[in-house]
Amino acid sequence: MERSEQPAIWVDEGQKFFKVARRNFVDPEIWQAEKERIFEHCWLYLGHESEVAKPGDFITRTVAGRGILFTRDSKGELRALLNTCPHRGAQVCRERKGSAKSFQCFYHGWVFGADGRLRSQPGEASYAEGFKARESSNMTPVPRFESYRGFNFVCFDRDVVPLDEYLAGAKEYLDIVCDQSASGMSIVAGTQEYSIRANWKLLTENSIDGYHATTTHATYFDYLMNTTDGLTGGRMGGFGIDLGNGHAVLEYGAPWGRPVAQWIPAWGEDGRREIDRLYARLVADYGEARADRIAKMNRNLFIFPNLVINDIMATTVRTYYPVAPDYMTINAWAVAPNEETAWARKFRLYNFLEFLGPGGFATPDDAEALEHCQRGFANNKEAQWNDISKGMGKARPSYDDELQMRAFWTQWNNRMFPPPTVNKAQAAA
Amino acid sequence: MSATMTRVSRAEVEDFLFSEADLLDQWRLPEWLGLFTDDATYEVPCTDLPADARSDESLFYIADDRFRLGERVKRLMKRTAHAEFPHSKTRRLIGNVRVLAQQDDQVDAKAVFATYRTKDGVTDLYVGAAYYELVVTADGLRIRSKRCVLDSDSLRPSGRISIVL
Repeated sequence: MERSEQPAIWVDEGQKFFKVARRNFVDPEIWQAEKERIFEHCWLYLGHESEVAKPGDFITRTVAGRGILFTRDSKGELRALLNTCPHRGAQVCRERKGSAKSFQCFYHGWVFGADGRLRSQPGEASYAEGFKARESSNMTPVPRFESYRGFNFVCFDRDVVPLDEYLAGAKEYLDIVCDQSASGMSIVAGTQEYSIRANWKLLTENSIDGYHATTTHATYFDYLMNTTDGLTGGRMGGFGIDLGNGHAVLEYGAPWGRPVAQWIPAWGEDGRREIDRLYARLVADYGEARADRIAKMNRNLFIFPNLVINDIMATTVRTYYPVAPDYMTINAWAVAPNEETAWARKFRLYNFLEFLGPGGFATPDDAEALEHCQRGFANNKEAQWNDISKGMGKARPSYDDELQMRAFWTQWNNRMFPPPTVNKAQAAA
Repeated sequence: MSATMTRVSRAEVEDFLFSEADLLDQWRLPEWLGLFTDDATYEVPCTDLPADARSDESLFYIADDRFRLGERVKRLMKRTAHAEFPHSKTRRLIGNVRVLAQQDDQVDAKAVFATYRTKDGVTDLYVGAAYYELVVTADGLRIRSKRCVLDSDSLRPSGRISIVL
């Protein structure tokens, strides 16, 4: 797809002007180009190490259209294998998750270890000598597979920069989320698997949008007043930060309870003791300043192009893919400290569901907003532009400005429409 | 309740569940809330969880205690519950009603449901089984727990449970 006459984004720093073409949300050509230029070249979230905690554990997951078998092999090493038989292509594993010593493709009976290596196949005598030792007889690993603090990513571009470099400033925030726990974090059982009839980029914007809460989530704040008696020690306000490479975060104070660790009256005196204990542990390990930041501040962290880790009234990991320009699928999980008490886990999950997810008091209203944006974009030929200029020019944009979205769209635009490189021979001529 | 208490028939449970469905279809949510006991729970587990999953250990779609169920009803009756404004049209088909067990004042029942929700030109379908713990009271049957287990692999394409199942 070529650069069209209408630019995808229209930016004028002097005029504090940042516009995004609504065509970007509806055009099938844009969507096809995104698949090639973004999802084929970026690091994409596969899963958390806790989901395959023991040797033999596996899950199957779809990432950018690929079926992936994520395993921990018998030596304890994590593997990300393309879930297709090297023989004739059938999906080898047809279960969502489980534990297995080996995987047998049911079509012709080839058997693979959790490391993807061919163990046996019926009629071995009819194959060439050394057939089993050939790399092409094994299940194909994803081209690149790396992890950061338990979060595992894949990339289909062999030449991508290392994950560590790719994550740039997002690492600092992943560290803060992970430092909530002294013993590591785990995904809680239960996956929220839902969809929104809207373009995937609308969810990117919405996940890091500190501006919409008071109107879109009016009923949630009504509810919060009833659970907190309108009283918390939570401070308000914060900042939006560009983390580089298209990643961004909001960091801010808010009135809701945090399982690590901001108490609200609804949790009672037992809850206060538990929260005080958790907070004291953070102070002992990290000092007062970092403990305060871990416990009392909220983070909506976006990792380009489609991973959101929101550390708010609970902590959610969310990833999403476009199925069509106007339809996305979303998977979301709760992540929590391994050492969490039953009390804290219960309140964490209670907190999670009051706001988050398709049955919560907030996410359905977000979905409604996104779907009505998508409907509004039917007018994109005449009403062509979205505005995300809020807070432009500020030295330190607020959490309810739109810097985060500008960081995303700038990176999106660079990947979709890289500036033309001038060929030296052409330049000389 | 005494051991000589009249047993609750399937027809009585059916009548109760049909009237519950009708209240929901008419968006008479405050009346519907009156069908629940003060210690009631309403749950919808995620579709990848085992049948015996607990909402204090695993992530659900919905896990309301009586307080939050009341807040859910308050919310859904507001114009600012955007996902349900204007209210969607719903139709709940309840079938295969069975009384599973009765002891003292408690009746365990199971029904299957197919709930259609229509809004903005789109109709979505929710299919599953509902497990009830009902209580016999002087005012008739009341709900102590309602757990809706979806048969789908995910919440797609409906995308949300903004209505009560």
